[in-house]
Amino acid sequence: MKQEKPLIVSVSPHVKSEETTSRIMWTVSASLLPATIMGFYFFGPRAIFTVALCILSAMLSEQVFQKALKKKITVSDGSAFLTGLLLGMNLPPSVPFYIPIIGSFIAVIIAKQLFGGLGYNVFNPALIGRAFLLISFPKLMTIWSNPEAAFIKMDAVTTATPLGILKEEGAAKLVEVFGDKINLYTQLLVGHRAGSIGETSVIALLIGAAFLFYKGYISWHIPVSFLGTAAIIAWIFGAKGALFAGDPLLHLLSGGMILGAFFMATDYVTCPSIKNGQILFGIGCGFLTMLIRLKGGYPEGVMFAILIMNCFAPLIDRGFKTKVFGAKKK
Amino acid sequence: MGISTFKGGIHPPDKKELSADKPIVEAKPPKRVIIPLSQHLGAPCKPLVTINQEVKKGEMIGEPGGFVSAAVHSSLSGKVIAIGEFPNAMGRMVASVVIENDGKEEWTTLTDNPDYVNLPADKLKEKIKSAGIVGMGGAAFPTVVKLSPPKEKPIDTVIINGAECEPYLTADYRLMVEKPNEIIEGLKILMKVLGVNKGFVGIENNKPAAIEKMKEATRNELNIEVWALEVKYPQGAEKMLIKAITGREVPPPPGLPMDVGVVVQNVGTTIAIYEAARYGKPLIERVVTVTGEGINEPKNLLVKIGTLVSHLIDECGGLKDEGLKVIAGGPMMGFAISSLNVPVTKGTSGIVVLTEREIVHAEEFQPCIRCGRCIDICPMGLMPSMLSIYSEKGFYEGAKEYNLFDCFECGSCAFVCPSKRPIVQLIRLAKSMVKP
Repeated sequence: MKQEKPLIVSVSPHVKSEETTSRIMWTVSASLLPATIMGFYFFGPRAIFTVALCILSAMLSEQVFQKALKKKITVSDGSAFLTGLLLGMNLPPSVPFYIPIIGSFIAVIIAKQLFGGLGYNVFNPALIGRAFLLISFPKLMTIWSNPEAAFIKMDAVTTATPLGILKEEGAAKLVEVFGDKINLYTQLLVGHRAGSIGETSVIALLIGAAFLFYKGYISWHIPVSFLGTAAIIAWIFGAKGALFAGDPLLHLLSGGMILGAFFMATDYVTCPSIKNGQILFGIGCGFLTMLIRLKGGYPEGVMFAILIMNCFAPLIDRGFKTKVFGAKKK
Repeated sequence: MGISTFKGGIHPPDKKELSADKPIVEAKPPKRVIIPLSQHLGAPCKPLVTINQEVKKGEMIGEPGGFVSAAVHSSLSGKVIAIGEFPNAMGRMVASVVIENDGKEEWTTLTDNPDYVNLPADKLKEKIKSAGIVGMGGAAFPTVVKLSPPKEKPIDTVIINGAECEPYLTADYRLMVEKPNEIIEGLKILMKVLGVNKGFVGIENNKPAAIEKMKEATRNELNIEVWALEVKYPQGAEKMLIKAITGREVPPPPGLPMDVGVVVQNVGTTIAIYEAARYGKPLIERVVTVTGEGINEPKNLLVKIGTLVSHLIDECGGLKDEGLKVIAGGPMMGFAISSLNVPVTKGTSGIVVLTEREIVHAEEFQPCIRCGRCIDICPMGLMPSMLSIYSEKGFYEGAKEYNLFDCFECGSCAFVCPSKRPIVQLIRLAKSMVKP
């Protein structure tokens, strides 16, 4: 038989899965949708504006940077969108317009592109953006709006977050503010409380996280070790003046613990790749979060805890080398 | 008995339905065959024929070039018309003998020796050796070498590999369904040669008909067990199969199955062993699955060694217009061939034709995002992500620290990689740049 057409030749394997990096990025973004929508519902148009601005400026930053450096434009891979979305979810609802723009610029350009782009960044870009904003604009970044106020008038009524109350005035005061314990937990679960736009609704976040588990995009290792460690420390040291009297649930449900444990600490690029190492990583995150919450100057510690543990991720992978088939245990 | 397996692995679409129900049929004899003198791992053969010499079917045309080598025989009767270098499926030029078919199908003397079971082990081994039998699952390692372990490595288990975990391929499946008794006879020969009284047949659980037939064939065999294995690629890799059935782990290279007392043979090889022991029949034909979305009529063909791929494609109704990639072997570990004018060899288990749709992923690859999927599924417990990054950046020595040479290139990592990184290619590059 004469050969009529050229054949394609490449190295095996000749079949590959359907999974792509951009599909992962867009799917994770989609899993954050319930929590984002709840944030919009509670905090109103200002929140929508803030998140949208974050996403737009994140994508634009990437586009402009890559164009300027004559690199391949990769905005469509969804990673800049996800960074912008996560940053927006981590901002107070009523920040002025330049805050999202500066934060996105820092996140995408400084924390990601200058390190070499997707896959090469050491730190979670959205959290670097937020850390920069918190340190540079401490006042703007800690003005919290009361959820109900949002729809009534555009001027935000400033209030304290549950973690702020917990830190300054104790658990008893927090219960008093919300009426009773049941109401407190319920409101925390639903997300009817002051806080960053996307961190408040625990239920919506858990729905998104369940979706990621179902898709196999995240595993239990980091969230369980993160939350477990935090819960144990909160229980032992959480109450002032007495050991083993703290309220772990209160700590898990408030602040950015759920958003951090399921969506930020699990960022592939900046967490360890080996499962055993991920457990250590999660324990470190949980420990540092509680250290900052209970002993540090900030009411919330999730962001710094994850950023600090990001530094250790490559080291952890090195230390936890996989068990090679057939190799003798040392 | 149970559903056993190994740690890691993947589930590629198996596509076996294209050819699973097609009984084995003999391919039309080709006008000529190109028989490479090196179809196996190890030293090439020395040619025993000259141009214009008449040869008979089954006549030895190349003698082993060393201990790790295997004889080659003419797969038809006719005349030697050329001896020279011809391309093989891997794209290399190899010394080959071209024989023109005289259409007479004249055999060298074959003798039926129903009493073969009483032959001494040495004699059986001699027959396997002179039949030129090699592993027919793909690696083509000379069988007699596997059957000659050094004294300090006693063998206690023989496993017949019926996993056939490569997608698309159904040659071994058809053999198990159609010739179960021959397989068991072959296994018993192996057990006798190695002085072993424990034999297993491992079959993936998605082949119930094969499992049933093999169980039926072993009903009266107290020393032979048929095991259903979890459906997972690469279940048929020697090390994974041994782990699944015996729980033993073959040590890293240069470790071999014999280091844990096991010899594994492929289904087709086992039948060849039976035929060699009973009839003195050399390995001159094999079953090849010709399949894929890009071919008109998928078939399981009994093919003479040396038949050109183009002949088989014609036999199966030709390529479809969209058939763009032709693979010798399975899609996970096989070789994409650039020309259809290459011969089927002893290790060619299939010809798979893929269409544009299945090969769209060949676009540019992206950086590693360290998602860890490859680490989770690597059956060897390696970190393919790190190997690929080190190799990509040219740090080949660094790759060695991550157990580069333990990788047997099953391709699972490249299959799951969302960044479509050519991990196997990068690993091969690193292997070629540093010494083990």
